[in-house]
Amino acid sequence: MAEPVLSVRDLVVEIPTRHGLLKPVDGVSYDIAPGEILGVVGESGAGKSMTGNAVIGLLDRPARIGAGEIYLNGTRIDNLSLHALRKYRGKQIGMVFQDPLTSLNPLLPIGDQLTETIQEHLGVSNAEAHKRAVAALDEVGIPAAKERIGSYPHEFSGGMRQRVVIALALCAEPSLVIADEPTTALDVSVQAQIIALLKRLCRERGMAVMLVTHDMGVIAETADRVAVMYAGKLAELGPVRDVIGSPRHPYTDGLMGSTPLASKGKDRLHQIPGNMPRLGQLPTGCAFHPRCPYTQPACKEDPGPRLKTCDGRAACWFPLDAPQAAKGVI
Amino acid sequence: MLAYVIRRVFQSLLVLLVVGLVAFSMFRFVGDPIDNMLGQERTQADIDRLRTTLGLDQPFVVQYAKFLGNAAQGNFGVSYRQGRPVATIIKERAPATLELALVSGTLALVVGIGLGVFTAIRQGGIASNVIMTTSLIGVSLPTFLIGILLIYIFSVSLGWLPSFGRGDTVQIGGWSTGFLTASGLKALILPSITLGLYQMTLIMRLVRSEMLEVLRQDYIRFARARGLRERSVNFRHALKNTMVPVITVVGLQLGAIIAFAIITETVFQWPGVGLLFINAIQFVDIPVMAAYLMLISVMFVGINLIVDLLYFAIDPRLRIDGRHA
Repeated sequence: MAEPVLSVRDLVVEIPTRHGLLKPVDGVSYDIAPGEILGVVGESGAGKSMTGNAVIGLLDRPARIGAGEIYLNGTRIDNLSLHALRKYRGKQIGMVFQDPLTSLNPLLPIGDQLTETIQEHLGVSNAEAHKRAVAALDEVGIPAAKERIGSYPHEFSGGMRQRVVIALALCAEPSLVIADEPTTALDVSVQAQIIALLKRLCRERGMAVMLVTHDMGVIAETADRVAVMYAGKLAELGPVRDVIGSPRHPYTDGLMGSTPLASKGKDRLHQIPGNMPRLGQLPTGCAFHPRCPYTQPACKEDPGPRLKTCDGRAACWFPLDAPQAAKGVI
Repeated sequence: MLAYVIRRVFQSLLVLLVVGLVAFSMFRFVGDPIDNMLGQERTQADIDRLRTTLGLDQPFVVQYAKFLGNAAQGNFGVSYRQGRPVATIIKERAPATLELALVSGTLALVVGIGLGVFTAIRQGGIASNVIMTTSLIGVSLPTFLIGILLIYIFSVSLGWLPSFGRGDTVQIGGWSTGFLTASGLKALILPSITLGLYQMTLIMRLVRSEMLEVLRQDYIRFARARGLRERSVNFRHALKNTMVPVITVVGLQLGAIIAFAIITETVFQWPGVGLLFINAIQFVDIPVMAAYLMLISVMFVGINLIVDLLYFAIDPRLRIDGRHA
């Protein structure tokens, strides 16, 4: 396997509060190889966006990286100064945000926003930057890019704006793209186009993509591997076909059961009972045990299961479908 | 766009017409100037003669039409007190007020926006907190008190700066300027600080809160995520978006600087239109009061018009809406 573009090792994001230290991301590790799309799924508040923000260094205060290491193409970037990190943002790491309506500066033509980014990272002449900006718009499928480059964001539709955002994120040819719910704010028909676009660009350029979403359908269509997050920890990590086809973590199993795409044929969608616990009130042991249909006494004991301490794919003491623990036994 | 401008100009004229009516009404309803102008030893013949000379015996509508017609040509009649044309008196006094307003307006804008941006970017820093606390003084202390305090400190105690007047002025054409002499510039310092302090702190607090709001927006995060320099993020992306709502208030505040120069001019005995107005009130010199009222309203209406047009220059979204409207 080629050297991974992004390596996250035991990442902890912490928020100091009056009631103690909260850990929205707690001990997360994963790699993304060149040309690979890693899907990160989970409920709201599971820490999936936090992970992305931590990688690019855009955590909102008072959140901060508490422990762990982040490597980009072999270079450690989590301990860089803001000044040094800025050179990686946009140039090595591109980021696409959720809402294309608010991601673009409403007062600047999109061409200006493209050229300023290109010139910041590539140091080319005005004319060259303009040429590249047109090419970037062309590549993401903006029709008549040459004419539209002077247009303001409000003159584009939502889907077109997200294309512009992608062009902006990719115009300095980063090796890693963090897409934070890039399709959540879009129409379903436009979603498919944007996903197809991301997939094509990833394949053509050999970029690594971290695709953060809560939409299992998007993951199933797009990702190569998937990381399922629950209460700040990785619940399951593996190739997308394996995780969706035969989930090992009961949480993943429940998530699949509640997704229309993966549970076709059933009359009613399954629900996972209860809610994800709040960060200040995490249960002991496995954070999922109060909602898990297969809970055993061992699940309540600290320390809870981690990928490393379990079979490497699911952070569960009693993974489903594992040969030694058939469902009937549990 | 053009239709919009024409509509706004038309609205402005309507406003001026109404203000004209108010100004004119003063002639009819605020006391009888004849009483002030003629001494104790007057006869009924004297009173009638003066009334006819001033046109005060004609019907209301005729007087109003005459007043408007004259005002449009810059003719506001003759001052009851000084016996000279009001237009001439105002022309003499205007440079003093305008120079004072220019200096304090510039001061308020530059320092206000500068400190506003600084306190927003360095939110929570010690310097920001000190500035924010100090700014409460500017917002809450009344202008005359600030003026008197400044006079006490810098004129009476330290003796550095003059406490009243414009100092020496130089005549350039019909304009007397205090910018060209050392004493003129020195004399400007205290009044312009007094006049501009409130506006400065107001602009600063406004810019700060707007900027903090803008800095939370997604496009600022996105600009950071694209690796743009902090300076570019703060000034190119954030400040321009901050200015859209700030412009309205700043425009009106600059108008207020000229209008409320009255107090500062009184405290510093500054020979401008504000002082002229105060003296006119004491003497019920209605032509001067009416002219001042008209002048201030023309200014406010003009500033409002400019502010509306500035929106178009800054915010491209309005240009579209304007075209469809």
